[in-house]
Amino acid sequence: MAALLEARRVTKAFGGGVFTKSKVNVALEDFSMTIQDSPPSITAIVGESGSGKTTLARTILGMTPPTSGEVLYRGTDLRRLDGDQRRQFLRDVQVIFQDPYEVYNPFYKVDHVLEVPVANFKLAPSKEKARALIEEALQAVGLRPDETLGRYPHQLSGGQRQRLMVARAMIMRPRLIIADEPVSMVDASLRATILDSLRDLNEKLGVSIIYITHDLTTAYQLSENIVVLYRGSIAEVGDVERVVNAPEHPYTRLLISSIPLPDLGRPWEKERVIPEHAGGRMTGRSSCQFVDRCPSAMEVCREKAPPLFQTEDHRAAACFLYRDRPELGLGDVHQVFAGKSSVPIEA
Amino acid sequence: MSAVLQVRDLEVAYHTSAGPVRAVNGVSFELEPGERLGLVGESGSGKSTIALALLRMIRPPGKIEGGEVVLDGTSLLPLSDEEMRRMRLASIAMIAQGAMNSLNPVARVRAQIADCFRDHDVQLSNRELDERISSLLERVGLQPSVANMYPHELSGGMKQRVCIAIAICLSPKVIIADEPTSALDVVVQRQVMDTLQVVQTDIGASIILIGHDMGLMAQVVNRLGVMYAGDLVEIAAVSDMFGDPLHPYTQLLIGSLPSLSSKRLMRAIPGLPPSLLNRPAGCPFRARCPHVMSRCETENPALRQVRPNRQVACHLYDS
Repeated sequence: MAALLEARRVTKAFGGGVFTKSKVNVALEDFSMTIQDSPPSITAIVGESGSGKTTLARTILGMTPPTSGEVLYRGTDLRRLDGDQRRQFLRDVQVIFQDPYEVYNPFYKVDHVLEVPVANFKLAPSKEKARALIEEALQAVGLRPDETLGRYPHQLSGGQRQRLMVARAMIMRPRLIIADEPVSMVDASLRATILDSLRDLNEKLGVSIIYITHDLTTAYQLSENIVVLYRGSIAEVGDVERVVNAPEHPYTRLLISSIPLPDLGRPWEKERVIPEHAGGRMTGRSSCQFVDRCPSAMEVCREKAPPLFQTEDHRAAACFLYRDRPELGLGDVHQVFAGKSSVPIEA
Repeated sequence: MSAVLQVRDLEVAYHTSAGPVRAVNGVSFELEPGERLGLVGESGSGKSTIALALLRMIRPPGKIEGGEVVLDGTSLLPLSDEEMRRMRLASIAMIAQGAMNSLNPVARVRAQIADCFRDHDVQLSNRELDERISSLLERVGLQPSVANMYPHELSGGMKQRVCIAIAICLSPKVIIADEPTSALDVVVQRQVMDTLQVVQTDIGASIILIGHDMGLMAQVVNRLGVMYAGDLVEIAAVSDMFGDPLHPYTQLLIGSLPSLSSKRLMRAIPGLPPSLLNRPAGCPFRARCPHVMSRCETENPALRQVRPNRQVACHLYDS
């Protein structure tokens, strides 16, 4: 059976028009990933700003067409879905955006964002049923309907608004939720509630989740598998326990050692950090993107871009340090995901 | 050693059409020379308002209602506007949150640093000025050539370094850094914080670091104050704070932090902070507190010393 959603060698480039001399900026390069309908999974996509994570979200949602490559929903390219398939796609794949302030129209009560999808997709036969559906969804994310409905967006806190978005996504009974930085604008004491709601959706309703974030600590807490992006390409991918506790790619190591942990026993390591250069741009795969900042850069890193090398059953890193390991085809990234059948390591 | 900055009973309110919002409700603390003090709190807890109040940059409808701010023996609140203008940057400097927004987009970095000297009547020849600017940029880890660049040619981390260079150009006694790295990636954040600590030691300044990231606080500051709904509810050395938090809010806040060492359920703090408009009587945390008592309903506990070097505002430690 075709996968629920599959990205195949997706590249997205911006700029480089015919009449302008602007450089082509490759935001995402040759990215492949597969999300199966079952078993439900939680995959984290982690990267700093400019790593291409939001471009990835927009591309797999069909909001931006890829420059090359394709995104398939149940085996059909997003650009070739017919009417029925498109409606099904819009139900099956839901999104939660970063900013819980901008997604609301301030002139409507918050009920509006819940009622519209119920009406558009005819999820309930009557007003009473619709109301019951909405209240059930609100309770599932820990909101009290009588304290939430009938209010305007500015009367709710950021955390409440974001949970309302989770409730809205849930009403649609989706198969996949793409959450793009859902907690980065929410106070620390409330983050856990939103992450808990997402985990509940995964465990109780079998919804798969793609959790896009710059925050490795929440990614570690929530996800099973992790994809670390650096300047539009996968740096390291695999089982979150392994990637976080024993990172292999030099960039992942730098990223993890830079996290300020609320743990006095784990101080910031005083290692040399090579700063980024001004105006560093992504211009294609002629070398490793990380080579200028990498403490273990070699000659080969400047000559070509590293493919993914499978270093363990459930892990691969795009780094020539591991070139003695078997190469992992770009289309086979999902094979290193833990919990799925995987390719044995000896090739 | 005597404190370089003393804040006593600072009160700030914003007078809105719906009534006064008490954003800072009688906060007192001291800053030792060379110390790095952190102030953490959720959005709306009053931490940024304190930063602005210390620089007397609260704009209407906000107003400093009372209290005292003494910087190196000078009481700031009674100063005239012109006297206060001279204190800013020379004695107390600020590094603001959005590095990208605090620089002038149409002026070169050199001109923006030169402005600071001119504004504070530092007479320098062109050559001296160039030397001062080059050495400032070098101290924050930038090439001297950055002086001839415009802000849009710099990355976020480089812009924040320029802001640090500006903040230290007159060697102030106190640097207030209001979420200086919240818009930056973790790798760049670590580089910027390293730079800030190096220049702080260089010029012997004290730092007040304002933020919401407990992890960053644990890595950077010596002493930490926790704000809740306009009150300073606990202040202690950072090792004591993480080792043995006293206030129930601090305990829950530390419990809600995600870690990389173990996958455990993060516990959220149930409920929401109270509205600061029509502040209810009693302790502001009582609606979310697991140890609430009848006294908490009526009496807001004052911050007081309960053990050596431990100050907390909670009725649990009465008696």
